[in-house]
Amino acid sequence: MSARSLPLLFLNLGGEMLYILDQRLRAQSIPGEKARKVMNDIITTMFNKKFMEELFKPQELYSKKALRTVYDRLAHASIMRLNQASMDKLYDLMTMAFKYQVLLCPRPKDILLVTFNHLDAIKDFIRDSPNILNQVDETFRQLIDMYSCLSAGEFQLIRQTLLIFFQDMHIRVSIFLKDKVQNSNGRFVLPISGPVPWGTEVPGLIRMFNCNGDEVKRVEFTNGGNYISPQREGSFDLYGDRVLKLGTNMYSVSRPVETHMSGASKSLASHAKENAAPNPLAKEELNFLARLMGGLEIKKPNGSEPGFRLNLFTTDEEEKYAALTRPEELSYKVINIQATQDQQQNEELARIMGEFEVTDQPSQSTSKGDDLLAMMDEL
Amino acid sequence: MYRRERSVPLKSSSSALYNNLSVLPLRDKPLTYFAAVHGSAVSLASAAADGLSVSHRQLQATEGGRAASASIVTQASWCVLPSRVLLVLTSQKGIQMYESDGSIMVYWHALDVLEPPPAQAVFARGIAAASGRFICVGTSSGLVLVFDIPSKGTNITLSEVLEEHRDSITDIASEVGENLGGAADLVTADDSGALCVWRSKEEFSLLTKISAFGWTCSSVKLWNGVIAAGYGNGQIRLYEASSGALRATVSAHARWIYALDLAPLTGKLLSGAEDSYVQIWKLSRSPDTGDIEIEHCHSECVPDTQLCGARFCDPEGNSFAATGYDLSEIVRYGQV
Repeated sequence: MSARSLPLLFLNLGGEMLYILDQRLRAQSIPGEKARKVMNDIITTMFNKKFMEELFKPQELYSKKALRTVYDRLAHASIMRLNQASMDKLYDLMTMAFKYQVLLCPRPKDILLVTFNHLDAIKDFIRDSPNILNQVDETFRQLIDMYSCLSAGEFQLIRQTLLIFFQDMHIRVSIFLKDKVQNSNGRFVLPISGPVPWGTEVPGLIRMFNCNGDEVKRVEFTNGGNYISPQREGSFDLYGDRVLKLGTNMYSVSRPVETHMSGASKSLASHAKENAAPNPLAKEELNFLARLMGGLEIKKPNGSEPGFRLNLFTTDEEEKYAALTRPEELSYKVINIQATQDQQQNEELARIMGEFEVTDQPSQSTSKGDDLLAMMDEL
Repeated sequence: MYRRERSVPLKSSSSALYNNLSVLPLRDKPLTYFAAVHGSAVSLASAAADGLSVSHRQLQATEGGRAASASIVTQASWCVLPSRVLLVLTSQKGIQMYESDGSIMVYWHALDVLEPPPAQAVFARGIAAASGRFICVGTSSGLVLVFDIPSKGTNITLSEVLEEHRDSITDIASEVGENLGGAADLVTADDSGALCVWRSKEEFSLLTKISAFGWTCSSVKLWNGVIAAGYGNGQIRLYEASSGALRATVSAHARWIYALDLAPLTGKLLSGAEDSYVQIWKLSRSPDTGDIEIEHCHSECVPDTQLCGARFCDPEGNSFAATGYDLSEIVRYGQV
């Protein structure tokens, strides 16, 4: 639907990814210099000028697995490596966090404030690197240019497009369960109290007018909720108080990253169905990926800097266990592009991707990210 | 008072789209049909009055008969004409019309799809039967397409295009109550909140325009010459259809309204919103002054559900049904 939803989806998911990586880098006691390099490399790649140009072109949203492929690459833009289980968990956390923010933002337009919260935090991560800071500010200005003139209705269309993207995802996230903003069935809790959105009235009043437009009657009613007047409006400028808290960093040393890996049984069933169906999107998806990834310039880590592996779980054992127990239905089956000699059935795809053809990766593989990187580098 | 009744399960969850529930009580069988959109498909379910004996069907957005890739369905609605009932689907690719049970597609109208995609989304949205033989469908460019529907067969033709809106059409409503002699019988609403009021007898003519005030009008209904419009700021506004004069404002919901419905025999009005509430109202006209009056009757919360569709299930408004984003069921309520 809305052809303007991809930049918001990408930047907000990217913002959530950086929050989680930042927290895990600390938790895993990665030395400050190394951690800073990882964050800087990823942010530099994420806000690459050419990549942003591709991103801001009007386009449809593609599947979760297409986008997941982009984040796989992004997460590996530095000397840090994540294995399959950790990458799955990272993507689950990112998507559920942004789903929550899209669902709960008071007005559709407030998705922009959520995005600004993420960008403000990203700027703080790289406050000592003026070059990268300029890149982020450039994107900030692009966002303001593109979105500040949109109507409430256009923002609602963007929000509806994003909600369709996130539909049927009910992964339970422990930080949400603890805060009682998510129910045990994976659905988010919707408050029926608190401030109403900026520019709207607290429900409960009927006003009637005669044919001359004079108010002739005023009646109050109880609407069932317990709402209060709106707070002030957040700033939509480059700098300012966003007021809205959605999209700020919810992780800290005392609130670590954790997930419960289980979907509600019903949603699992529909997931399975979705995966089993032949995917008519494959071609468009690959076009989309090829264009986007073409813009992602990855600098190979140079030999002098030893890499390291980041774990999204507390221990390696937990990570292994998660990889083995992850329900097949929840597998993202990352789009994998493999160079093979025999170009069998799919001539069309083969043409699009040069000499590569698409195959479904066996679900237990642990090195998809690396494979993909290697393949993409050859594009 | 309304009490929750047995839910009707859907094969897939409902998407967050305006007016995303259509209800068709069958005349000859004790069954009710329900339709709600899920991404690029529509879930149809039929159920008996007790919510049991449910059967399902899924319809996909198609492009001239072929499965359309990634085409999101924006709305599904039954159009009841005196001679026949059609199920109409609107999507990014065009407009599909089916026999009422979804079994046979009788008409397909393609929208012009531009390459590369323009910044403005392209889709059809807003469906209503009008004047006994027409079906009106809105588009994202603000056009209202009027299709002439023969009493049977597939010879459906585009008979007229109404060009008054400058923003995407959100909803279209035709008179559900008594038509007061040649008066306004069709209302179209758009993304900016502007409304156009039409007379559809003989040929379509614009009677009046009601200007926008900054919020999208997501749902609109017309009953006995009264327009009820629901907006993104949670407000319901009532207008005199003949003049466009504002007769009431109701601060009804704390979030965006997604659906209104009117029970033609009683003047009961229903509103459903993202704040998880369905509110039931009653419209009437003062016998002395002729002023339009509205009173609040009932509040119902569907916990943790951003409602996207809500409809009465009978012409008196004694029962209603609702669904919400990510919800794989139709929740039902009946009067006690």
